[in-house]
Amino acid sequence: MSESAEAQGPLPVVDWLKGAGGDDPYLEGHKCGGCGAIYLGERSNCSSCGAREGIEATRLSSSGKLYSFCIVHRSFPGIDVPYISAIVDLDGGGTIKGNLINIEPDPSKIEFDMPVDVVFADALGRKDKDGNSYISYFFQPAA
Amino acid sequence: MSDVYIVGVDMIKFGRFPEKTVPQLGAQAALMALDDAGLKIQDMQALYCGNLGQASAMVGQRLLQEIGQTGISVVNCANACATGATAFREGWMSIKAGVFDCVLAVGVEQMGKGLLGGAGSGTGIPKEGLLGSGTMPAVFAEAGMEHTRNHGTTFEQFAKVSVKNHHHSTMNPKAMYQIETPLETVMNAEMISYPNTKLMCSVNVDGSAAAVLVSEKKAREIGMDRAVKVKASVLASDPFTDRDLTMPDVNAVTRIAAKQAYEMAGCGPEDINLVELHDCFATAEILHYENLGLCADGEAGRMIDEGEVALGGRVPVNVSGGLLSKGHPLGATGIANIYEVSTHLRGEADKRQVEGARLGMTHVIGLGSACGIHILEKVA
Repeated sequence: MSESAEAQGPLPVVDWLKGAGGDDPYLEGHKCGGCGAIYLGERSNCSSCGAREGIEATRLSSSGKLYSFCIVHRSFPGIDVPYISAIVDLDGGGTIKGNLINIEPDPSKIEFDMPVDVVFADALGRKDKDGNSYISYFFQPAA
Repeated sequence: MSDVYIVGVDMIKFGRFPEKTVPQLGAQAALMALDDAGLKIQDMQALYCGNLGQASAMVGQRLLQEIGQTGISVVNCANACATGATAFREGWMSIKAGVFDCVLAVGVEQMGKGLLGGAGSGTGIPKEGLLGSGTMPAVFAEAGMEHTRNHGTTFEQFAKVSVKNHHHSTMNPKAMYQIETPLETVMNAEMISYPNTKLMCSVNVDGSAAAVLVSEKKAREIGMDRAVKVKASVLASDPFTDRDLTMPDVNAVTRIAAKQAYEMAGCGPEDINLVELHDCFATAEILHYENLGLCADGEAGRMIDEGEVALGGRVPVNVSGGLLSKGHPLGATGIANIYEVSTHLRGEADKRQVEGARLGMTHVIGLGSACGIHILEKVA
């Protein structure tokens, strides 16, 4: 890894993960002031109501409930399986997709609406071509 | 506005044809559809060509370079797995608009093997297996599990869809596979993304299908004996729903299209005798029984359990074998299902014939999302 990458610290896995290098990382949504729709990532127009202004950044909750999931047993080469691909409705709004960890990938162990926490950790050791490491978000059963 | 009729329609047997080019594959189906209509390429006033893999490579023009460069209008269409239906509908619209009397629509695709999709990488690091999965089996597994969440649908019920469609395909010589797959075989096949096993995923194949569409005036000239009337042609895009941008919502877009299609055709789901719907995964088929109004919400599991959607049942679904066994050459699928329904309306479906079929529906979903629905009616 180059020194410049080291100095930069870990990067966010998506541009709506904020504070990747610090001790208070969080996910940021953008909320339409007109209709309340919540988006991941910055945008200037609302695809729910058509508003062209009034979309403001909002800190998304770090807790939510499992809406749907599947258990991935075959993926692309080099991707560790099995893992749980989860759709989570965050408390207060916003729906995100990610890996559900620290629970057995067994459908009988996973319950719809189970409370989960959003946790932040290194992106499974994955690095980009410049050697930068990344911080990702994961879901785990609520503490 | 003139009514629109299909007077020629056909598909090649789906399979793997790496030795052929995409235009050559498309040309095969085009010539078959022209022969079915008793017409020549010189009779066509326009070509609407659907293909995804070479969307920027003028497949329609190259197809004409194979079978006849007559200087006609050519439109190349790409709309994910709704590509073929979109090409067909563009042809339908040109006749509705009174611009043309006789046009050709072709859908063609050459596929590799393996998983489609994957969570976007873009810059940075790959996201697949880090931010969940963007593979198609996973995306449609999650959509199926939403149905499980809402209605208690079981792995076994999803698997029964695959048993049914594989059984149907044993009666379809143009299907990629003609193999019975009992329930245990389906459920014990390699798990790809729970609850979709390998036998619950559509087959990547090469294929092509084509249709000749004409105005009423032209249809009367040719003869109405084997003509099929296009009662409705609808294309919808995904409306805003809360989770759509994270978890593609194939339900809302299908419901919009279905409602419009029934209104346009002046009929209801109870009038439909057979349906070819987008079973890209076994989980998806279950959702669409309800989305298309074939049963009430929450009844889809019962429908598959009681055989209502099997050949001989109340409303047979995917008697061709569906994408699960006939195969899913993306750009060809939307016209191949029009071929299937037309064949039943003409009474020419042999062993898999849905007896007395007068009205049939075709449905495709292009993820991202597009939904194309056609309702077809027997004429003679």
